[in-house]
Amino acid sequence: MVSVVYEAPDTIEGAVTLLAGSDIPANVLAGGTDLIIQTRASRDAERLLVDVKKIPGMSDANLVDGALELGPSMSCAEFTARENIRAVYPGLVEAASLIGSTQVQGRASVGGNLCNSSPAADTIPALIVNSAECVIVGPGGERTVAVEDFVTGVGANCMEKGELLKLIRVPAPEANTQDAYLRFIPRTEMDIAVAGAGVSITLDDKGNCTAAKVAIGAVAPTAILVPAAAEALIGTDLNDDVLQVAADAATEASSPITDRRGTIEFRRHVVGVLVKRAIKIAADRVKGVRT
Amino acid sequence: MTKTHVTTTINGDVTEFLCEPGDTLLDVLRNELQLMGTKEGCSSGDCGACSVTVNDRLVCSCLVLGVEAEGAEIGTIEGIADNDKLHVLQEKFLEHAALQCGICTPGLIVSAKALLDENPSPTEDETRYWLAGNLCRCTGYDKVIRAVLDAAETMREGA
Ligand SMILES: Cc1cc2nc3c(=O)[nH]c(=O)nc-3n(C[C@H](O)[C@H](O)[C@H](O)COP(=O)(O)OP(=O)(O)OC[C@H]3O[C@@H](n4cnc5c(N)ncnc54)[C@H](O)[C@@H]3O)c2cc1C
Ligand code: FES
Ligand code: FES
Repeated sequence: MVSVVYEAPDTIEGAVTLLAGSDIPANVLAGGTDLIIQTRASRDAERLLVDVKKIPGMSDANLVDGALELGPSMSCAEFTARENIRAVYPGLVEAASLIGSTQVQGRASVGGNLCNSSPAADTIPALIVNSAECVIVGPGGERTVAVEDFVTGVGANCMEKGELLKLIRVPAPEANTQDAYLRFIPRTEMDIAVAGAGVSITLDDKGNCTAAKVAIGAVAPTAILVPAAAEALIGTDLNDDVLQVAADAATEASSPITDRRGTIEFRRHVVGVLVKRAIKIAADRVKGVRT
Repeated sequence: MTKTHVTTTINGDVTEFLCEPGDTLLDVLRNELQLMGTKEGCSSGDCGACSVTVNDRLVCSCLVLGVEAEGAEIGTIEGIADNDKLHVLQEKFLEHAALQCGICTPGLIVSAKALLDENPSPTEDETRYWLAGNLCRCTGYDKVIRAVLDAAETMREGA
């Protein structure tokens, strides 16, 4: 059984020093809903877990001039209860609220979801379409990476030894812009996405689309942006033909696997359907006909 | 391996224990503190049998480290009844026969209480979603939902 060394520093510098200086495998501990299970299953003799939840700011969320500064370790239960944040990024909050059960929500964090870097992580497509950025600190100082460049493969990301995610920064959406996130699971609760779709849509006064982003999850090794889907939408009134073009672009961009939750064919089809539906939801949000 | 000393509050009582840093809160409750009401079903966050509250937030104690309890307020099934007087939820579970083997019951009661603390008049849908992380292999859930909704009504009338 793995022997755990636990530290709970109260500064970022303290956490970086522990992570960078460790001669045994070391992980940041946020809500532990992935990490505690992984640690128990690990074959390491020893592991250092650096609990970052006592560091000021790591579990805070603030809207600053309409932009979101999200402490990566805030629990989803706390995050999704913030009505002022839901009002600006309903799709992102929806994605966070889909993670696990009430109990899992009580601990799971958006930062943990991102850093665990599962292909099916629900918040990642929603973060990508909102142009979110990761502020990473390490022994060499601070750097900022766009979420779409953060995840590099299945369970892999661009952070080096000693680095940690300090902040998730989500810019204020342009005027008349809304987001949406949908996923497909075989049941109504407690399952991992078979396919997911995040979108952000900007409309002009006449209801024509002037800007769009489409990202898909669980259908490739990482969540990916689908620029061809967004391009199909821009300059149109989002009629059904246009939505089908965007759906086909998402299907085309996907490269899913078959597993017990869904086949390649099914995932490629469903991701297109989700893209269409998410676009309609985001557009309805801009028009004010749904929340 | 040296054990870590932890001071916490469990069901209102200041409690101290020693644990390995890798022990879960569930391990500590059952094995160190002999609080056996909290059950272990899966140890992976899926079944909810280990539900407790940490600082009033419902969590799976199998996915919390014992050392994280330092300075926190923990609520377990043992703190739900008022000495010999059962909580309304417990009475309603008996009345509605909402349990058979009983393994899931402590987790369900702790979860349902957390729901009613936050929302005294949940709809059936809200109740089913809230309790979706509590698995039961015996009852088929319907009696559980009836019991919780009935308890909510009784508690509202009593309030
Ligand atoms: C029953 C159950 C259901 C689930 N359902 C879903 C679901 O529907 N959708 C979904 O997407 N996920 C789901 N998950 C997975 C998990 O809950 C999420 O990925 C969650 O967001 C992880 O957050 P955490 O705070 O618990 O992370 P942790 O487990 O603490 O950490 C996860 C990983 O990220 C690293 N990490 C965390 N924070 C940082 C940081 N600030 N800097 C650097 N590294 C960091 C850790 O070292 C670890 O490698 C489920 C898990 C369970 C147990
Ligand atoms: S034992 Fe914790 S969720 Fe099953
Ligand atoms: S009563 Fe047996 S598992 Fe629920």
